[in-house]
Amino acid sequence: MAVDKKIFLSPINENNPITTQVLGICSALAVTSQLKPSIVMGLAVIAVVALSNLITSFMREYIPQKVRIIVEMTVVASLVILVDQILKAYAYQMSKQLSVFVGLIITNCIVLGRIEAFSMGNRPVPSLVDGLGNGLGYALILFIVGFFRELFGFGKILGYQVLPESLYAAGYENNGLMVLAPGAFIILALIIWLQRTISGYREE
Amino acid sequence: MKAHGTIRSAFEKGGRFERLWPLVDAAETFFFRLPVRTAGGTHVRDAYDLKRMMMIVVLALFPSMAFGTYNVGYQFYASAGITAGHLECLLKGLWVVVPLYAVTFAVGGFWEVLFALVRGEEINEGFFVTGALIPLIMPPTIPLWQLALAVSFGVVLGKELFGGTGMNIFNPALVSRAFLFFAYPKSISGAGVWTLTGGTVVDAYTMATPLHLGIEPKGEIIAHLSASGFDFWRMFTGLEPGSIGETSVIAILIGAILLVATGVGSWRIIVSVFAGGAAMALVCNAFAPSPANVMALPAHYHFVMGGFAFGAVFMATDPVSAAGTNAGKYVYGFLIGVLTVLVRALNPAYPEGMMLAILFMNLFAPLIDFVVVRLNMRRRRLRAAG
Repeated sequence: MAVDKKIFLSPINENNPITTQVLGICSALAVTSQLKPSIVMGLAVIAVVALSNLITSFMREYIPQKVRIIVEMTVVASLVILVDQILKAYAYQMSKQLSVFVGLIITNCIVLGRIEAFSMGNRPVPSLVDGLGNGLGYALILFIVGFFRELFGFGKILGYQVLPESLYAAGYENNGLMVLAPGAFIILALIIWLQRTISGYREE
Repeated sequence: MKAHGTIRSAFEKGGRFERLWPLVDAAETFFFRLPVRTAGGTHVRDAYDLKRMMMIVVLALFPSMAFGTYNVGYQFYASAGITAGHLECLLKGLWVVVPLYAVTFAVGGFWEVLFALVRGEEINEGFFVTGALIPLIMPPTIPLWQLALAVSFGVVLGKELFGGTGMNIFNPALVSRAFLFFAYPKSISGAGVWTLTGGTVVDAYTMATPLHLGIEPKGEIIAHLSASGFDFWRMFTGLEPGSIGETSVIAILIGAILLVATGVGSWRIIVSVFAGGAAMALVCNAFAPSPANVMALPAHYHFVMGGFAFGAVFMATDPVSAAGTNAGKYVYGFLIGVLTVLVRALNPAYPEGMMLAILFMNLFAPLIDFVVVRLNMRRRRLRAAG
């Protein structure tokens, strides 16, 4: 069965969970002061959204309507704990740096939003693709925000100094605003501005 | 003139350079009278427009500008222990202030023109006042590249993002300053940036601003200030380190008289900012743990220190970002005064609270207006019913 390409591509650009639906903002601010945690967080969310979409789609015929949120949350919570444990086992430093925000993926509106909006009414394969697309849309914005915040806030990319010493000697300074959460808000706003200028999208 | 006419047609709608029309329009309204005439009956009795309003604010700023320029030079020579004539002080000040203005207007003008061209709107005078204000609220030592970034931030994110002149929530000049305050705190806070020095500073000279000295006074606060040379009258006249335009209360008062007399600045806001500051200062005085604490600073000292007077007269009265209703203006101004003194007295990390207080109240101005309008509606409904 061929899956509509749109299911995957639409959440990456015109229906992006962060810039268009404005979901998952909290973690987009919290973990993006550097690029590396942004990447790890992005990957973690991709894994959780995709797998929870897949699993709930398999179960969708058997979940009673009245308790569906509880069942969905159980699935999501199990996956989040799994991701958290894997990070603790293989990337302990990163896990400490991300601290509670990995656990808080469970409250990320994107995850439950996709289950409710998509996987509960669609077959497993399109659900998986939808989860991957939305996770990637989220991760992409995190990468961009993390990239610019680390570049301007620390002069580094992935921990490597990229702005040359001579620039600092000439009087350049790192931008302290980028290290603060408002810096993420501002970059996010600029991305949304740019995207909506290109696409012509207007909030109703 | 004939050439002007033929060239002009190329820029009109449908012409080859249609996109550049705002540039022609701006030049035309600047050099000539408007070619557009109103057809039919009009009700305008005075040619009072945005341009004239902006020019009055710039005129009102002129005393602060002139004194600030002189003061930069004066502090420069004082810090080096040199006695210099008035002319030398002024020239030294110009040497510093003119580049600041040049950068501000070049960068701000660039963004204004760019946005006008892209959006196909008229280039308006909105940046004149913002541009005149920005250098006056900067320390004289601000690096030019940081100033350029701050101006870009203020104009683009503080104003154009919301739709341009008249649509902004926050005062763009203060947005610029707040950007520097958080992005490059070393350049715009602390004790070392408020005087331009030639490298060596004589012992008798105090680099810190009076507000900075007030954080941890040794002994009674007023005595401590005047021991450093900052008595009330000196701070009133303005020969002290600080942001370029904020130091002289006399110069600011001259501007305030012009603003109030022409009706450009709201006296309600100015008066209520001072009232709020006085009220909060009295409360702080009552709770001051000892006379050797910034909480013990009397109200009239608050008025002459830092940016209180400048903010009250030129920043809080910005008609776009302030409350619009008369009752709302009292509340808005009063809370600015209260918050400023509160920040100064209770947060030792921020010796000055004026900028943050005004930005904070800018945010609440629409809410204040909303409540005022609602209350008025309810009052009238009750009157009609009773």
